[in-house]
Amino acid sequence: MNKASNITRRTFIRAAAATTLAPLLWPSAAQSQQSRPASRPIPSSGEALPLVGLGTWSTFNVGNDRLARDACAEVMRNFFLAGGRLIDSSPMYGSSQEVIGYGLKKLGYPKSLFSADKVWISDGAEGPAQIEASRRYWSVTRFDLLQVHNLLSWEAHLPTLFAMKAAGRLRYVGITTSHGRRHRELEHVMASQPIDFVQFTYNLADREAEQRLLPLARERGIAVIVNQPFRKGALLNALERRRLPPWAAEIGCTSWAQFALKFIISHPAVTCAIPATTQVAHLLENMGAASDPLPDPAMRARMAAIAEGI
Amino acid sequence: MSEWWTYSLQDLLMFSPQTYYRLFELYNADLWPAHLLALVLGSSPLLLFFRHSDRARPWIVALLASGWVSVAWLYFWTRYASIHLAAGYFALAFVIESLLLLGMGWSHGSFIPARAARWRQRTGLGIFLFALGLYPVLGMALGRNWTQAEVIGLAPDPTALATLGILLLTGTRPFWVLAPIPVLWCLISGATLWAMASPDFFVAPGLALLAALIAILDRTKQG
Repeated sequence: MNKASNITRRTFIRAAAATTLAPLLWPSAAQSQQSRPASRPIPSSGEALPLVGLGTWSTFNVGNDRLARDACAEVMRNFFLAGGRLIDSSPMYGSSQEVIGYGLKKLGYPKSLFSADKVWISDGAEGPAQIEASRRYWSVTRFDLLQVHNLLSWEAHLPTLFAMKAAGRLRYVGITTSHGRRHRELEHVMASQPIDFVQFTYNLADREAEQRLLPLARERGIAVIVNQPFRKGALLNALERRRLPPWAAEIGCTSWAQFALKFIISHPAVTCAIPATTQVAHLLENMGAASDPLPDPAMRARMAAIAEGI
Repeated sequence: MSEWWTYSLQDLLMFSPQTYYRLFELYNADLWPAHLLALVLGSSPLLLFFRHSDRARPWIVALLASGWVSVAWLYFWTRYASIHLAAGYFALAFVIESLLLLGMGWSHGSFIPARAARWRQRTGLGIFLFALGLYPVLGMALGRNWTQAEVIGLAPDPTALATLGILLLTGTRPFWVLAPIPVLWCLISGATLWAMASPDFFVAPGLALLAALIAILDRTKQG
């Protein structure tokens, strides 16, 4: 653990000052905040969703630490400024939901927010109470998207979510998994249930989803949210030992993070990737990936070849 | 929580290393100067122990038990629970350990130094002193801030290790009743640190397993 990674008051003030002064000092940062990120329509409604969202697993679970909560709110502020919409969380993420609620309140509940949360409890009868608790943490009138987390008791939860959608208390229904687990079962749900969204892991190193899940999502008109785009940072750690290839500039990549994100969001079936971060600089870098040009299939093959063996 | 089994160790790490160590930083800031009292009280079991007095025994046990209760309440329940969904279960385990300590402490023949072999006592003494004096500065040696120090009676790892040290100093019977929870906690803590890529992940589980190994060897020797 190095000292630099500890959040101190001084570090936070510096970060906040850097964020505030960034548009003055670095015009390109200001431009990236003003330009809108590339988006893709949600198949079931046609509503456009920016290709990069904000995940909160681990990064937003900061407990009652006021300084860290303010830092998360600052990330959220920059996310919305950069044109971001979808923020994803879960009851499994500790204090993340509360921290999102704290940030939203501080930011005056941005109208562009696309709230995505999950239900994660074994007993289907307890699902509605958990959803209501989550809604209160976020302090939103209703969620845009609710997903069954990691397929847990999906048979019990999906009818609840469909009923909420029919009653106008929810806009979209989805289901999630991660780490390449239970793909067969997920495939079954995608093929048999009228869900709007599906969320799973897909990145340069974990490409199993290309075989069946991504084509099936496209065929069934299901929006795809991609989690763990950087394999919880391990992928970037491995990639950053190498130099970014010069041809990455052809698709506007200035970092490995953008390289990895552009690979994901250039898949035509992907609707949104949700990297998680606690740093404004990383957030802006991630948001910068949601821009043209995106790699074509030939370029995607070159990108995938780079990551082989990781 | 039957869904836990579907997750790997890395999946269960719900927070970043920054958040974990910052938790200790804020916790210590709020409790200061309780650390000084904790260190004095934490060293007393050892002083009482070497008095070879049967009257000292309830005090040793009461001090150890109070350390486990304070960690359960102050650390797990009021702090760790804000970032870890299983913190309530950890708090419960620490309360159970304190009750077991009190129960065993008042039973006849427990916590008496003469019942343990010398090599076992030396290992126990070493582990206790490490938990008391070296564990709080271990983080500093690895580049962490001193404000994040983990102190006996306030943080779980040094409390569990100090207890194992005292148990090695005592007779065989209390060890097998009282060691499972501290050993288990040290393994859980080590797994958490390992998932966070902390270089000291092996310290607490290593010492806990050493304590268990010494107790097993002693038992085998005694036949």
